[in-house]
Amino acid sequence: MSYDFKWGLLFDEPYRGWIIDGILTTFHLALLAWVAALALGVLVGVCRVSTSPVLRVIGAAYVELFRNIPLIVQLFLWLYVVPQLLPNDVRIWWIRLDNVPYWTAVVGLSFYTSSRVAEQIRSAIGAVPPGQFKAALSTGLTPVQTYRYVILPYALRIIIPAITSEFLTIFKNTALALTIGVVEITSTSRKIEAWSFRGIEAYTVASITYVMTTVLVVVFMAWLERRYYIPGLIRREREAA
Amino acid sequence: MIDWKVIVASYPLLLKGLASSLQLTAISIAFSFPLGGLIAVGRVSRRRWLSFACAAFVNILRSNPLILILFWFYFLIPLLTGKNVNDLTSIIIAFVIFFSAYFAEIIRAGIQSVGYRQIQAGLSTGLNYAQTMRFIIMPQAVRAMLPALVTQCIVVFQGTTVVYVIGYSDLLHTASQIAERTVRPVELYVTVAVMYFVVCYAGSLLAQQFERKAAR
Repeated sequence: MSYDFKWGLLFDEPYRGWIIDGILTTFHLALLAWVAALALGVLVGVCRVSTSPVLRVIGAAYVELFRNIPLIVQLFLWLYVVPQLLPNDVRIWWIRLDNVPYWTAVVGLSFYTSSRVAEQIRSAIGAVPPGQFKAALSTGLTPVQTYRYVILPYALRIIIPAITSEFLTIFKNTALALTIGVVEITSTSRKIEAWSFRGIEAYTVASITYVMTTVLVVVFMAWLERRYYIPGLIRREREAA
Repeated sequence: MIDWKVIVASYPLLLKGLASSLQLTAISIAFSFPLGGLIAVGRVSRRRWLSFACAAFVNILRSNPLILILFWFYFLIPLLTGKNVNDLTSIIIAFVIFFSAYFAEIIRAGIQSVGYRQIQAGLSTGLNYAQTMRFIIMPQAVRAMLPALVTQCIVVFQGTTVVYVIGYSDLLHTASQIAERTVRPVELYVTVAVMYFVVCYAGSLLAQQFERKAAR
């Protein structure tokens, strides 16, 4: 293999500016879509465990729909198909937005990820022992207080690892937004490779971005889990393992 | 206006695209599953350097997006081998390496669910380590991890759509080309979405079946 490395190239303009823009785009795309996915996912997850059969069916259909279509195909649907089906004035407002591919990616990533979040929420609520509801109600708490002081503090702590790992998933999935023209870090790497033929240097930048972020999030997650473990529950499992 | 005639006219091409996606999925699984098994065994090994190397391999691959891994190999393989290989070879190598990391994690979880004592018991009956893995641990582990494996196969199938970026004619790329030629993106993308959905949903029903069986 004959390849002479030129790492310095990455610090030259225009590449340096591209890299910074690419990393920033990856981060705010991931964060925005993650927050939206959490909100949507909680809503759908609660539907899935509700007492109303109609809501349960809607929740299940939602999850199956968004889970069983590949993300790139969903992005294409949001970009090419959905705008055609919108009422005229909404469509004109949408296609006149500043950065349509970016907002399409936000919407697409949020819906796709929300179906996964909904499943996590469902299993977390299912993991709260049913006796807790009855016990809390019998102490005189109202249903709202029961959720606020007993169920949610419990369910949220169960779900911390799952939603942080959903962040990592969505963070990696932002790379697929390049198929609809969002210039995030993977796309930037490809562009640098095309311009300079320095593939190894270019792709290393993107890989390091993903690996470093993963390491930081995993370390943070471990701290969070330790900080908010449920007494007697998680620790016991750890010892058994 | 919506006109489904374009689908009727192009369905042989779409079916060919679907066949090519399924073929890509099958080849990737056929190679990455055994490779993942080897890596999983390496990860639970007592040799520190081996388990460390396997863990590093798995974690680095799992923290990168598939599309980036594909770009990496697409660039690296001609450079390393010094000759031009066809697209399919690069794609298969990238997929096999990428998904072997995911299979390794599933298999490792399966092995660990069987428990350490069974390994000791196997060894004490005179089997060697490889035999213990092959005859005692793996048959039980496979049963425990069957639902996760089926789900992972769906993930591989969905993952094949990334070959779109290098223009390999899978189902999605075929559809996008027809959409461009006929200027009928709505009909074509809705149709491929339905086609992907049908395959993935069938797979997820199968996974649920195995899950129920495992829970019993």
